[in-house]
Amino acid sequence: MRQGRGVNLDFSFLTWQIVSSFVVKGLIFSVQLTLIAMVGGIVLGTLLALMRLSGKPWLELPAAAYVNTMRSIPLVMVILWFFLLIPLLIGRPMGAELSAIVTFTLFEAAYYSEIMRAGIQSVPKGQVHAGYAVGMTYRQTMQLVVLPQAFRNMLPVLLTQTIILFQDTSLVYAIGAYDLLKGFEVAGKNFNRPVETYLVAAVVYFVICFSLSMLVKRLQARIAIIR
Amino acid sequence: MGGWDWQVFCKNTVDGEVMPRCFGSGGDITYLQWMFSAWGWTLSVAALALLVALVVGSLVGIVRTTPSKGLVLFGNAWTELFRNIPLLVQIFLWYHVLPALIPPLKAFPSFILVVLALGFFTSARISEQVRAGIQSLPRGQRYAGLALGLTLPQTYRHVLLPMAFRIVIPPLTSESMNIVKNSSVAFAVSIAELTMFAMQAQEETSRGIEIYLAVTALYFVSAFVINRVAHVIEGRVRVPGIVGSK
Repeated sequence: MRQGRGVNLDFSFLTWQIVSSFVVKGLIFSVQLTLIAMVGGIVLGTLLALMRLSGKPWLELPAAAYVNTMRSIPLVMVILWFFLLIPLLIGRPMGAELSAIVTFTLFEAAYYSEIMRAGIQSVPKGQVHAGYAVGMTYRQTMQLVVLPQAFRNMLPVLLTQTIILFQDTSLVYAIGAYDLLKGFEVAGKNFNRPVETYLVAAVVYFVICFSLSMLVKRLQARIAIIR
Repeated sequence: MGGWDWQVFCKNTVDGEVMPRCFGSGGDITYLQWMFSAWGWTLSVAALALLVALVVGSLVGIVRTTPSKGLVLFGNAWTELFRNIPLLVQIFLWYHVLPALIPPLKAFPSFILVVLALGFFTSARISEQVRAGIQSLPRGQRYAGLALGLTLPQTYRHVLLPMAFRIVIPPLTSESMNIVKNSSVAFAVSIAELTMFAMQAQEETSRGIEIYLAVTALYFVSAFVINRVAHVIEGRVRVPGIVGSK
């Protein structure tokens, strides 16, 4: 097929039918994984952040240990760890896709928790005191006064972390889960056109991540004005 | 699971015999030796990529603070390009795509291609740090340099960069730790680094937990050493009275 010495790119095999049968399935999983890990990660991350700021050593220490451990290990190793450990814990094998969802949620929680911690600390102390002064409990103060402000202040950072998360989902390659990158790879293998498919994969990831980061920038500008 | 079996590290990688003193003979190696050689690959990939990233990232970061619109545009484009494509995809681009488009690259060993991939990926992040570092300096410093008759390059060399680089040491430290972690992605193109070792040794020996624990510990040690080294550098170069000095 590839004759001569010149570069001979041919994208014609990437018809909509091929894309929809190989790539779309992977894209759906990548997006699913990103969204679940984002929501789960932010919820768990917020809990971890509250534990670390609770002032009680028995809550602070485990949360800090968890966050620091996760942040010191390469994500690929974490993916491999969970893929190895989850079946041992639950006593039966778990699919690569489900394992990836659990892993990313627990892994991203560590990163989101650092963001939420900074967000909570960015809310002036007086807000907390004001909450207590009007008779709110700790829970109410956090839920109604501190967290909404922390969340809004940190929204751009949380979304930027989500873009990184979306890029990192490609690492499920290590356990063979079928994501966006895998979809392109399989298509490339089937048609013996790996160069073209990797190139298109890069363009697709770039377009998605770049447009999302532009959106985050605009959002950031708007939030800055409101404040 | 059935208990620990740390002896796995003393096994010969060829026939699985436990070797005396954990050391292979006659050209064979044990898993322990393999692991340390893999650690060497991880550290070499990371160190060389860091070098590439520091040089390229600093240049791109500096260029983004110059008055030249063209250079700023180039620097911004560079940063966005390398920041918005996943590292794994970038490694595949260097490994599968670029050699097909640029034939001389075929002569490059995959180790070099991975170093370039990781280096350029990280250069985008470092350019952000360097740019922010330079922009955090009061504008007056640049004007003062120019007013004294220094050329723009001289102003950068003698006025702006000496301060900016000190300011960016802490973020660069965390980038250096990230680069060790990110070097694990090189497993995808079969570089014999730690993660590759972990996957293969786990498959061959089925002692995944022992092997993963040891590999994870080596990643911890690497990060800790970088952290300490950076701390020493930070102390050495600090300017009394300013930025983060006590």
